[in-house]
Amino acid sequence: MSYLDYKVAQTPTGIRKILYLNWPLVFLIAAVASIGFLMLVSVAGGRVDTWAEPQMYRFAAGMVIMIALAFVPMWFWRGISIPAYVCCFLLLVAVELVGEIGMGAQRWIDIGPIRLQPSELMKISLVLLLAAYYDWLPQRRVSRPLWVLIPVVLIVAPTGLVLIQPDLGTSIMLVAGGGILMFAAGVSLWYFGLVIAAAVGLVATVLESRGTDWQLLKDYQFRRIDTFLDPTADPLGAGYNIIQSQIALGSGGWSGRGFMQGTQSRLNFLPEKHTDFIFTVLAEEFGFVGAMSLLGLYTLIIGFCLYSALSNRDRFAALITVGISGTFFLYFSINMATVMGMLPAKGSPLPLVSYGGTSLMILMLGFGLVQAAHVHRPR
Amino acid sequence: MSGQNDANGRSITRRGMMLAGIQLGVVTTLALKLRSMQVEHAEQYRMLADGNSIKIRLLVPARGLIHDRNGIVIAGNEQNYRVTLTREEAGGDVEPVLRRLAQLIPISDARMAELLNEFSRRSAITPIVLADRLTWEQFSSIAVNAPSLAGVTPESGLSRVYPRAGDLAHVLGYVGPVSDYDLSKIEDPDPVLMLPEFQLGKVGFEARMEDHLRGKAGQRRVEVNSAGREMRQLSRQEGDQGATVQMTIDAQLQNYAAQRMGVESAAAVVIDVQTGDVLTICSSPSFDPNKFVRGISSPDYKALMNHDHRPLADKTVQGVYPPGSTFKMVTLLAGLESGVINAGSRFYCPGYTTAGGRRFHCWRKGGHGTVDAVTSLSHSCDVYYYELAQKVGIDRIAAMARKLGLGQRHDLPMSAVAEGIAPDRAWKQARHGQAWQVGDSLNASIGQGYVLASPLQLAVMTARIASGLEVKPRLVRAIGGVAQPVPDFPALDVNPAFLRVARTGMDAVMNSDSGTARRSRIIREDWRMAGKTGTSQVRNITAAERARGVVSNDQLPWNRRDHALFVCYAPYDAPRYAVSVVVEHGGGGSAVAAPVARDILLFALNNGLPPLDAVPEEQRGPMEERHNAMRLFPPDAPRLTRA
Repeated sequence: MSYLDYKVAQTPTGIRKILYLNWPLVFLIAAVASIGFLMLVSVAGGRVDTWAEPQMYRFAAGMVIMIALAFVPMWFWRGISIPAYVCCFLLLVAVELVGEIGMGAQRWIDIGPIRLQPSELMKISLVLLLAAYYDWLPQRRVSRPLWVLIPVVLIVAPTGLVLIQPDLGTSIMLVAGGGILMFAAGVSLWYFGLVIAAAVGLVATVLESRGTDWQLLKDYQFRRIDTFLDPTADPLGAGYNIIQSQIALGSGGWSGRGFMQGTQSRLNFLPEKHTDFIFTVLAEEFGFVGAMSLLGLYTLIIGFCLYSALSNRDRFAALITVGISGTFFLYFSINMATVMGMLPAKGSPLPLVSYGGTSLMILMLGFGLVQAAHVHRPR
Repeated sequence: MSGQNDANGRSITRRGMMLAGIQLGVVTTLALKLRSMQVEHAEQYRMLADGNSIKIRLLVPARGLIHDRNGIVIAGNEQNYRVTLTREEAGGDVEPVLRRLAQLIPISDARMAELLNEFSRRSAITPIVLADRLTWEQFSSIAVNAPSLAGVTPESGLSRVYPRAGDLAHVLGYVGPVSDYDLSKIEDPDPVLMLPEFQLGKVGFEARMEDHLRGKAGQRRVEVNSAGREMRQLSRQEGDQGATVQMTIDAQLQNYAAQRMGVESAAAVVIDVQTGDVLTICSSPSFDPNKFVRGISSPDYKALMNHDHRPLADKTVQGVYPPGSTFKMVTLLAGLESGVINAGSRFYCPGYTTAGGRRFHCWRKGGHGTVDAVTSLSHSCDVYYYELAQKVGIDRIAAMARKLGLGQRHDLPMSAVAEGIAPDRAWKQARHGQAWQVGDSLNASIGQGYVLASPLQLAVMTARIASGLEVKPRLVRAIGGVAQPVPDFPALDVNPAFLRVARTGMDAVMNSDSGTARRSRIIREDWRMAGKTGTSQVRNITAAERARGVVSNDQLPWNRRDHALFVCYAPYDAPRYAVSVVVEHGGGGSAVAAPVARDILLFALNNGLPPLDAVPEEQRGPMEERHNAMRLFPPDAPRLTRA
């Protein structure tokens, strides 16, 4: 819809917009974050100020950002979709040139105190641009090859840059996030079949390339794949984390060992237990009941987002909501599947729960868009 | 464009529902996997968890050694046998285990209660130290009986030891177990800090150099059984020992200084005037830092706290004193630099002067008669400085004091380094909200009133006057075998001719017939020494008392007596070492502080016990007696190389 359409439509204005927020979503987000604070206290051995307290401040800041963004009308978001994408793309290029080397991969730019991770921002701006694209594109052209090629290029270009950082996890997230949006926009299912077939072929080629001159992945990435396929092959090496994570998670049982009583997560010095493996700690200490509660809350968040999208007659807004919630869905399902040993080990945070500033801020920014779409839906 | 919305709406709805279906499918898969792991196979995983499992244990890295400038170990590590107990591994109830253990090693009832309380407060998986510094027999008896002592782990580790005991206690500080308070001050603490045997630098050099000394933790993977007992070690990766740090301190000289000061409440600092190397920084009386490492007993601690000579305070950097007449070089140089006087200018001293309606007395009742720059120092005439201060003004005196290193914090890696005070008009206005009075200038000119300086600052001042360089003190000579660069100090911003006047005056203090410290001179010409005495009052002398006759120091209670100060350097022609000595409530600087400073200076020059032939003949007997009574480390003290 254009600026004029919004003026005509009876959308709420000014401070009254706050009454039209998707409030159940706000409370669900806060509930999930609270579980996060609790677990951060637990992994810090009962100390609040190690991780929980800074995380609370960040979350409070994130809430403010989310609500502030909810006030911004949709025509503005559409307006910045192209500049935002271009900016993120240039930042990704800049990271290649001047980025800090962190954990063996080049991922962020330090700007004074801010650590900018353009690949994270790209997740949001890619969703914005694709939503704007499919809003503009007449429905009958959606599945025409040329008009399918354009979004594919838009997805592949930044993905390629992220892949050479190298950050395989984020690349997969970008492709999957873009794919979800194209799927929601109604691109013919044949294309998806084609891509899946190609992906299977690519995986086969990659595995084939191992040990040859044209090896396509780094050694540590191949080792992760080995670990995934058979974690017990090297229980003291790369498979160690996953085996220990599974033991801890499984031993939680029905109701868990109790708050701060998780012996496995503590004794084993599970790595990154305040970030990537925090779900393991939750599952050990609160058992199946606790783990399912978190999964339930996540499902409700997705549910409320999808409901908001399906009942939104503004195609742009609906696509944004689907895209953001899809990214969120990928976040938590990949993390949970990883710690349960269903996917290869890969450093990915549990959204809203893991300790960390960047991913939390990006999520809250995304939910800000979802809220804006909800507040400004045509009535 | 907006027209297509309704048509598109349905397509989105259909795909949206499909998407919801796929997502629900994934969530269901996750939930089923969770159910399979946590409900169906929970027992199996619980067994894996409780049964044989692999645990990572951190290895505390050996703390870096601290050497003196000649490679003598002044902070080392020694083997320590201890036992720890983990509640979780003891099966939850620790009391029966403790009772059994009490049959092997003595555990008092009070200690038992203390331990039980600690176990109830701390997490079940935190190992708690039951007993420390066991003998080999005790240690092996526990190891033999280990099967009946679930959760008890006999460990041998390293513990900090200070071979020089009290000599270096104040400068080195000490290490101790990590407290909750320590943790609260550290952001994102290294996990190794959580280990019960880890020792953290608490104060002094140990605390300030913590990052260099700590090292990097190693780790080992072990297989443990259901009781948490270690079955076998799977891999072991040793940590990296902390860097060896070499200090500028000369442990032998420090040892001599400590012995020479004896039981006095005193401080001595020796600085190399060219490099700024602090060779000795010694506060007396001292305490044994090893007691703090082991956990000092409450009566011992009380005794230290209640001692009126304050053994815990570091008087060298933390203590600030009115410098008294040792400050006169500052006033003199301020006068010369500002052009108010020249070396030949004279003042008449009738024994007092009047300023601001008050009478200011010289220490010599009858006065010194006519006094010039050199005799003003050698006789320590107060009136000369009273007259000079009124002409120069306090601001120029304060500026000179700062040039010479007073009133500023010399950032040595020690605890609580004081800034001292070089007062001026602005300072008094800011600090007391009052205007500067002329009487304040007179008091300041002889190092009384508001002026305060630490023994370290006085040594720096002396080094700067002696070398004419802007000497800054340093304590670290090398870290991890890498020598710290010797700083190239710029020339002091004071006319060298004026510095020579001050040096001539300081020489006359020692070597002229009527010098105030002539008794403490060095008679070997190649070690000719220059110095300045100082006696600073800690009480006001009222007009009535002055009329009756000033009460002498031996008639006063100890803590009302004057501080005795002395600064000096040698050799006069080619200065190498500057020394400052402050004896709290010692009485006169010339009688009490000067001989101590001279003897320490001689030890530094001789690199060993002062030769008797360097001092005037009548003092050789007492000096020899003193040396015989001292408990000195032999010059070829074992240089520990053990980790």
